[in-house]
Amino acid sequence: MVTSSVEGSSVSVRDVRQHFLSPEQVRFCALDTVSLEAKAGEFISFVGPSGCGKSTLLRLIAGLAAPSSGEVLVGNEKISGPSAERGLVFQDPNLFPWLSVRQNIQSGLVARGVLSRKKHEVDEFIHLVGLESFANAYPHHLSGGMAQRVALARALINHPKVLLLDEPLGALDAFTRMRMQDEVLRIWQGRGTTMLLVTHDIDEAIYMSDSIVLMSPRPGRIERIIPVNIPRPRDRASPEFLRLRGEILELLHFAGH
Amino acid sequence: MAGLAASAVAALAVHLLISGGEPPAETQAFTVFTAILLVLVLLALASQFFWSGLRQRLRETGPIIAAALVLIVLWEIITTGIRLLPLPYFPSPARVIQSMIDDRIMIWDSTWHSLSLLLGGYAMGVCAGVISGVCIGWFSPVRYWGMPVLKVVGPIPATAWIPLALVVSPSAVISATCLIALAVWFPVTMLTASGISNTRVSYLDVARTLGAKPGFLIFRVAIPAAMPNIFIGLFMGLGSAFLTLVVAETVGVKSGLGWYLSWAREWAEYGKVYAALVIMAVFFSSIMSLLFKVRDRVLVWQKGVIKW
Repeated sequence: MVTSSVEGSSVSVRDVRQHFLSPEQVRFCALDTVSLEAKAGEFISFVGPSGCGKSTLLRLIAGLAAPSSGEVLVGNEKISGPSAERGLVFQDPNLFPWLSVRQNIQSGLVARGVLSRKKHEVDEFIHLVGLESFANAYPHHLSGGMAQRVALARALINHPKVLLLDEPLGALDAFTRMRMQDEVLRIWQGRGTTMLLVTHDIDEAIYMSDSIVLMSPRPGRIERIIPVNIPRPRDRASPEFLRLRGEILELLHFAGH
Repeated sequence: MAGLAASAVAALAVHLLISGGEPPAETQAFTVFTAILLVLVLLALASQFFWSGLRQRLRETGPIIAAALVLIVLWEIITTGIRLLPLPYFPSPARVIQSMIDDRIMIWDSTWHSLSLLLGGYAMGVCAGVISGVCIGWFSPVRYWGMPVLKVVGPIPATAWIPLALVVSPSAVISATCLIALAVWFPVTMLTASGISNTRVSYLDVARTLGAKPGFLIFRVAIPAAMPNIFIGLFMGLGSAFLTLVVAETVGVKSGLGWYLSWAREWAEYGKVYAALVIMAVFFSSIMSLLFKVRDRVLVWQKGVIKW
């Protein structure tokens, strides 16, 4: 098992605005003055209709894009670009198809030039996601769930302080998805990584997170932050779960009316 | 399988039947050749009973080999048998085999020269092409300045530079090497550049969040991602390298298979012309299949993703 426990980092998003130019050169506001504090080791979900800027926000925290104004801090440091301290997992696993499962998982070590020192960790992470018998397979031989587990292991091998999850389970079937949710929770509880999860699945958000950030579109704004005070492990059929679910649906104007 | 045996038997029988009245000096070699073919076919058919790998192969390639034997039979019937075609230009297979044996030293020498010229030029062209392709595909200033040059100069067939190359270069071999390199460079650069610039952005994003520096992004992400494209360029480049090689040897370099071909034609030795063509076919197609083997190794990860 992975024994090294990593303290997560806090994440602060301060007055971030993000504008884009549409192909017709129209200015379009993806995020409008968004501010957010995530404590170290917290699990936060972002829920909202498409176009609410939740993926954009994640890309900003990853450092793959710079905000038009405002700033993003991780720990106490203002971020200026992508870093191995902030892992990112997309809905599409985006495995490198020319590398085997093992090579994909160790690519983070190769990228940082520490493979020779940390080679022993590769097997631990293959074991962590239960893919020992597929270590030498190429990505196209994997099912969607297996591929996403590889993507998770690849992001985790760098011991990121923050793990950004952009609908990572969105393309999986219901059973695989529930198993993977437990797997992600197990990793989170074992490692103390700060988790920021974008999802369109309200059940997933309630099941997994400490608090849920509801966002609204055009321009992307934070509508409300809802703490989830249900003790873990959570039961998807418990009355408090269902009550919170109804409440969120109401807020998103999807309730039965 | 029976067809394979029958065609081999037919090759020898038809040959013996037809060539009865011909001078033996000319037909002896071909008699031996067909006899050897027959023995090989019979041996293969016999050993496949206890060698399952060979059986599998024979089942796949048997019809092709049989068809090739039938074609040789037809060729012999048309030339030596019913003399349908005017003679100096269309020699019999026996004549071609005989020419190969008579001229074996020269043919060997020519093949060797062609091979070294081809490999030298091809290696140069591939190196230059991959380097310039990666630069054009990755760095936008290089693309801005390099792309127009590529688009204007690239499409000129390398052979069109021959008059200039012969004047500029100190030796015909050097100029031929450069011409072959130029012929290879264009398709390799073009395909490499497009492969690199079309690298999926999400692969690069993932790599960056894994802590990748520019070197990793280029050599471990963009180039592997562009590999399928690069190989298309390598195949196209090899084709134009063959063309340029033969033309360059015909007009400038005084050695090699292209030179041998035109030399034999000038002496109206059409047996040797065909011999050169047969050697070229074997020579070029072996190099081509070698490149296929390399691709199969390098792109093994694509197996099952695309149809090969």
